[in-house]
Amino acid sequence: MFLVPFTHHRPASLDEVFETLGRHGDDAAVYAGGTELLLALKARVLRYEHLIDLKQVKELSGIRVEGKELVIGALATHHQIANSDVVKAHVPAYAALSEEVANIRVRAAGTLAGNLAFAEPHSDPPSLLSAMDATLVLVSPGGKRAVPMRAFILSEFTTAREENELIAEIRIPVTAAGEGFAYRKFGHLERPAVGASAGCIMREGKPSYRLWFGAIGDHPLQATEIEDAIAGVPATSLPDVLPRAARDCAAGISTASDLHGSADYKQHLASVLIQRALAAACEAAQNKGGANA
Amino acid sequence: MLDPTHIRFVLNGAETELTVDAAELLVDMLRGPCKLKGTKRSCDVEVCGACTVLVDGLPVSSCTTLAIDIDGKKVTTIEGLSQNGKLSKVQQAFLDHAAMQCGFCTSGMVLATTALLEQKPHASEAEIRHFLHGNICRCTGYVKILEAVKSLV
Repeated sequence: MFLVPFTHHRPASLDEVFETLGRHGDDAAVYAGGTELLLALKARVLRYEHLIDLKQVKELSGIRVEGKELVIGALATHHQIANSDVVKAHVPAYAALSEEVANIRVRAAGTLAGNLAFAEPHSDPPSLLSAMDATLVLVSPGGKRAVPMRAFILSEFTTAREENELIAEIRIPVTAAGEGFAYRKFGHLERPAVGASAGCIMREGKPSYRLWFGAIGDHPLQATEIEDAIAGVPATSLPDVLPRAARDCAAGISTASDLHGSADYKQHLASVLIQRALAAACEAAQNKGGANA
Repeated sequence: MLDPTHIRFVLNGAETELTVDAAELLVDMLRGPCKLKGTKRSCDVEVCGACTVLVDGLPVSSCTTLAIDIDGKKVTTIEGLSQNGKLSKVQQAFLDHAAMQCGFCTSGMVLATTALLEQKPHASEAEIRHFLHGNICRCTGYVKILEAVKSLV
């Protein structure tokens, strides 16, 4: 398929980006990897008169640690994140997830920020970033504001980002000693049918758990029913309570039968995957937050 | 409204300058003005890998890459792998193991394998399968392809 003609802009600074956006308003879209936007343009689902390439905007690049947070710039690709020594050392479970996104070509071109901004429900990053309590920094001509990942995706293809805002960076708390996270997914297609993310946080010998589902709803879903059922239960005793809690919680998820599978099949996947993710997270926490996968 | 843009890039080792339209896709530029028909358009949605080319050494889907975005970069297509009429190691291995049936996925498979071996010269079978899982052989000739790649690590 071919693209409807548009005018291309390649600004070198955020000021220039906002100036161009201000001039063209709704008729302009920003992109970096283009792996999501170009598909939608080719399918004629979206149409813009102006495309603004962000790849030359240095303010949006880089991966670094600031204090107790890993900071991923909006231009970082999934491939760069997966292979970054900084990410692997400080937030290993997220590096592992990045290596599992789509295929190598999408990882080489596509950015995490673009993935989040597009908010396609069948996406890997949001559930784990929610479990990790990540924050998105949005920038606009008026300044910056921070939005928790958990509150960013409102529904399918809809986020808390205003039209004059860009995602500048994604900030993920560094995984500390005694913490472990893991992501598990399954699907027959390129995108996950269901994803499940778990965190196990040990404080003075007492565990607390964070559990999130991805892809099965139109935004990431916190598995509060399971979290409540297993609150304070030591990791070694989880097999006594987790299977039933996971099954009951998954059965209550509102989801539709679609290309990715029937509703009850996806609920079954959710139950299985959340248990596997939590087992892996607990193991990683025991390894002092290292070697998460 | 066309938006012609002048781009400079290295195509299969040769400095190249072209005027492309902003909305032109890399696959159309390669198969059209560049006359390199080894890059195949198939699924058109970044899933199958038939249109794989290497940009600065990494595989990308040329069906979903703007031609203007390769300005200043190095692009390698299947036509750029052989040197002085001699096939590359990856091409030769695919030939020796008969790792192709209809051949439509072969350009992408060979280029993805070339990128994999650049990153991981001694990739394990699991790493090979993981890296190539985004390249689809619709004849299902995966066993021979895997044998060819394994012969190189």
